[in-house]
Amino acid sequence: MSWETVIGLEIHAQLATRSKIFSGASTAYGAEPNTQACAVDLGYPGVLPVLNAEAVRLAVRFGLAIGASISERSVFARKNYFYPDLPKGYQISQYELPIVVGGSIRIGLDDGGEKHVAVTRAHLEEDAGKSVHENFDGESGIDLNRAGTPLLEIVSEPELSSAVEAVAYMRTVHQLVRYLGICDGNMQEGSFRCDANVSIRQVGDEQLGTRTELKNLNSFRFIERAINYEIERQIDVIEDGGEVVQETRLYDSDRHETRPMRSKEDANDYRYFPDPDLLPVVLDSNYIETQRAALPELPEARQQRFVQSFGLSRKDAAVLTGSRETADYYEGLVEYLKGEHKLAANWVNGELAAALNRDSTGISEARVTPKLLAGLLQRIVDGTISGKIAKEVFEAIWQGEGEADDIIESRGLRQISDSGELETIIDQVLANNPSQVEQYRGGAHKVLGFLVGQVMKATGGKANPGQVNELLRTKL
Amino acid sequence: MALSKKDIQQIAHLARIEVSDDEIADYVDKLSQIIGLVDQLQQVNTTDVVPMAHPSDMYQRLRDDEVSEVNQRELFQRNASAVTDGLYRVPKVLD
Repeated sequence: MSWETVIGLEIHAQLATRSKIFSGASTAYGAEPNTQACAVDLGYPGVLPVLNAEAVRLAVRFGLAIGASISERSVFARKNYFYPDLPKGYQISQYELPIVVGGSIRIGLDDGGEKHVAVTRAHLEEDAGKSVHENFDGESGIDLNRAGTPLLEIVSEPELSSAVEAVAYMRTVHQLVRYLGICDGNMQEGSFRCDANVSIRQVGDEQLGTRTELKNLNSFRFIERAINYEIERQIDVIEDGGEVVQETRLYDSDRHETRPMRSKEDANDYRYFPDPDLLPVVLDSNYIETQRAALPELPEARQQRFVQSFGLSRKDAAVLTGSRETADYYEGLVEYLKGEHKLAANWVNGELAAALNRDSTGISEARVTPKLLAGLLQRIVDGTISGKIAKEVFEAIWQGEGEADDIIESRGLRQISDSGELETIIDQVLANNPSQVEQYRGGAHKVLGFLVGQVMKATGGKANPGQVNELLRTKL
Repeated sequence: MALSKKDIQQIAHLARIEVSDDEIADYVDKLSQIIGLVDQLQQVNTTDVVPMAHPSDMYQRLRDDEVSEVNQRELFQRNASAVTDGLYRVPKVLD
């Protein structure tokens, strides 16, 4: 039998606010347990939630960026379930009338094609707290700092057909939320995570198979592995004559398996109803249009522009627009380097990216600023130094030794452009390698490369390879 | 629509309310009456009526995104039955 996979993702993006969605407690990560959980977050009697305007603005921003419709009236609802990390006994979420409806995300596929994935909705909700099970001797410890942190839950239609597509979709959303500045995207800290609804059906079937929900996948690698594991498991179950049970499963990355989590009878009985503590959220078209006007250039458009106005390849443009910071850096750099777009792209995606990676530094904090890098590349362009020497100078700038010109001067790295000086060196090399000269003259032109190498070595890399080539040919 | 004994047990379980067998018959009766009332409401034509999310005809006031709360952990944890290293201690939860 031949199976096809159907996947829908629910992404939880933590909105980048200072305070919580319904209270004035801080959302800063890493505080001592329960020091950022106030009476509202703890669900004390008599408290009232008051909605954070910034959480609303960030949700609207996302909706506008994906071409969704923004609800002029949306409603908060209570999702009821018992769990110790949810002190009120319900999570405030949105159910029937979410703030963002529809829209779509374009993802690039491995074969170079693309796919538009429809977004069902995106709604505002509060996060729950955290349970700690280690060292509690049969009990659990509860930290409610995270309770009440604003989340945007982004729900896709079940339109993804492989683990690879699911990851591509998630990466695209991850890039988008960071571009928009609505979420820091930090997956280790749980700011960006997803649940995956996975089902399989026979190729050609109209009806969807029974799905399972994989919870809290917080790395791109795990998402891919967990979904692939789950697809295999479901196929095995059905081919062995069994039935897939609708349930929530947890991916265990250590054992590389998924296993059932909550009992199914409780899982989908949340008894939603409108939260009487919160009034409907009303946004007028003025507000929505103001937010639309404030949208930054989005990754796709920027990539397009990099290809068209800078003449870059799609691949280079895609890497450069991978994050807003990288794209900003690049644009800052080419401001100083008119016409040298390709050279600039090579250095940002090559040497700079490698150095940032090596030192685990963000591009905004790079010691080699666009201006400093431009100063260096300028010297390649005007022939003062070769690309190889430039790498040495780059390293020196990276180590804080100053500007390119000073380093080139103080280390004596200026390329030998005086052909008289170069000719002397070449004559020396030819005299030292009579047999290679003989071979060349006998028709073995490949040895030229060896001779060029010898000259470069003799000059400490300071000769212009093109010029050396030319002089050698003339002399031979 | 009449509720069954099983419905009542399920509702009680979801609400974490203990209901004795003696009480169940009574709840079956009373809660079924409420459902009956809803059935009656269902007969009204509501085509042009906007669903009401809140009895008050106002909309949500928003607050500025500012941290206004200070750490009062000690005060709050005086109400907790057990606390270790700043964490509330509860019976083990498995997920």
